[in-house]
Amino acid sequence: MRLTQGCFSFLPDLTDDQIRTQVQYCIDKGWAVNIEFTDDPHPRNTYWEMWDLPMFDISDAAAVMLELDACRKAYGDRHYIRISGFDSSHGWESVRISFLVGRPKEEPGFRVARQEVDGRNIRYTVESYATMKPEGQRYEA
Amino acid sequence: MNAIDKNVKAAEGERSRYSAGVMEYRKMGYWQPDYEPKDTDVIACFRVTPQDGVDPIEASAAVAGESSTATWTVVWTDRLTACEKYRAKCYRVDPVPNSPNSYFAFIAYDLDLFEPGSIANLSASIIGNVFGFKPLKALRLEDMRLPVAYVKTFQGPATGIVVERERLDKFGRPLLGATVKPKLGLSGRNYGRVVYEALKGGLDFTKDDENINSQPFMHWRERFLYCMEAVKRAEAATGEIKGTYLNVTAATMEDMYERAEFAKQLGSTIVMIDLVIGYTAIQSMAKWARKNDMILHLHRAGHSTYTRQKTHGVSFRVIAKWMRLAGVDHIHAGTVVGKLEGDPNTTRGYYDICREDVNPQNLEHGIFFDQQWASLNKLMPVASGGIHAGQMHQLLDLLGEDVVLQFGGGTIGHPMGIAAGATANRVALEAMIFARNSGRDTLAEGQQILEDAAKSCTPLKQALDTWKDITFNYASTDTPDFVPTATVSA
Repeated sequence: MRLTQGCFSFLPDLTDDQIRTQVQYCIDKGWAVNIEFTDDPHPRNTYWEMWDLPMFDISDAAAVMLELDACRKAYGDRHYIRISGFDSSHGWESVRISFLVGRPKEEPGFRVARQEVDGRNIRYTVESYATMKPEGQRYEA
Repeated sequence: MNAIDKNVKAAEGERSRYSAGVMEYRKMGYWQPDYEPKDTDVIACFRVTPQDGVDPIEASAAVAGESSTATWTVVWTDRLTACEKYRAKCYRVDPVPNSPNSYFAFIAYDLDLFEPGSIANLSASIIGNVFGFKPLKALRLEDMRLPVAYVKTFQGPATGIVVERERLDKFGRPLLGATVKPKLGLSGRNYGRVVYEALKGGLDFTKDDENINSQPFMHWRERFLYCMEAVKRAEAATGEIKGTYLNVTAATMEDMYERAEFAKQLGSTIVMIDLVIGYTAIQSMAKWARKNDMILHLHRAGHSTYTRQKTHGVSFRVIAKWMRLAGVDHIHAGTVVGKLEGDPNTTRGYYDICREDVNPQNLEHGIFFDQQWASLNKLMPVASGGIHAGQMHQLLDLLGEDVVLQFGGGTIGHPMGIAAGATANRVALEAMIFARNSGRDTLAEGQQILEDAAKSCTPLKQALDTWKDITFNYASTDTPDFVPTATVSA
């Protein structure tokens, strides 16, 4: 399967030049830029690990690209990596954009667990096949 | 101001205010051209079309009277009350530009006239008896200024745009939806198939239509059960949160609560209601939605019966304001380019009412008053009806990012099937957002951006080929009437 979270997952994987344009867009808007990674891509997993702190006062996307390279060296191919832009202005104070910039080579996807209960009722749970393994070993060959 | 008031007579010789009998409304205190509205007053702007021969000031004063304390004759029991406070005051009447014999009447209402937090009470006054008043040919409520003191008595949207996005984990682009078609006749099992294909293909939401409730061909529980199977399967197939607006509209509140509870139990993120259930039922469902972590979608079924004609009824901008107070999370607010009524400027006004914290007066967009929303949650507008992937650049330019774009026919009518239709829309959207963020002029280069994206996406190419010439170019009936302000030369 292909995880389609984030703003651009239906486009071909972004090149570094393309990522740079979107990061610069965030910077120009005055948003903080955050790099995060995880090996638990469940859509309700809100808190991915932060690659250092969000970058608040940068003017050039190059700084983000350097950090992204370092994150990829440590976790690339074994984790999902996303970049988000955070807007602290009043009335929003949340993420404005979020897109994937790295994904594991193999994506085993998710299963739907159905617990059949009273009558026709079903309680659904979506589980990532990867998270059936311990943290850190989920996307190894 | 008030240049049309040529009817002022000397006060001497007139009878006293409280002697029995009939008296002109303007003489009973409902016309006060010197009145300065207070910050806490509710203000309404009406378009008044008097019967032939009826003085516009008297007609407007009558609107103030009939929407507040007056009846057709003098009553002595007024004197048992602080009647001057409770009288609505028409303080200004302007001729409508380019529209003979109709007038904008501005009327101020004291806050004490209204029950806190009740749209039913507000509307019973403002659009109650007065709309049938014989001396008027027609009457339209154009806009309202709701004071912060009153706004703060309402819950507002149960979830709001920001928290909805956080819950769905979707940022930076409009959300995508589709209404299941055909709107009537599918069985639950077949209906769920459409939902599954559309969500798996790339949409965020599917939607019941306004008149899908519980009919012989598909009872509501069947629909809910099959739809949630489809939603959960699509979530697993994509790793994204998905939703389907399960329409809980029913004959009674008890039925609606029962349906909403079942939707929650099955794990739905969103339920839906129709405008025709009424203001009180809408507020009840908004409370339920907040209590149960549910997004609440409102389909504006029925609104065109009273919003569309300029001369009579209630403008949709007023309905949008009431619905933001009442507490729904989604509201259909027009597409501009699609098949349903929607002048670009007027529609822009509706979107601003839904999404901004402050609406400055903007006559070009039909906004008559400054409106402070005082941090009330934002309401997500929904664009639905006759739109397709080939219009993506126009839609993004006109409607912005915080909107649900609903492509019903434009998804389900795709030649390669529903999932392909969904993928076409999602790819078109992502390509347009990416191009915009990269600094390209998407409005000018839109066609090229779509064609480039279609090179690596066959479903998009097919969608563009199928619908490339489809437009709905008809004159709008509901457009703002205003005189453009002359620019002050330097």
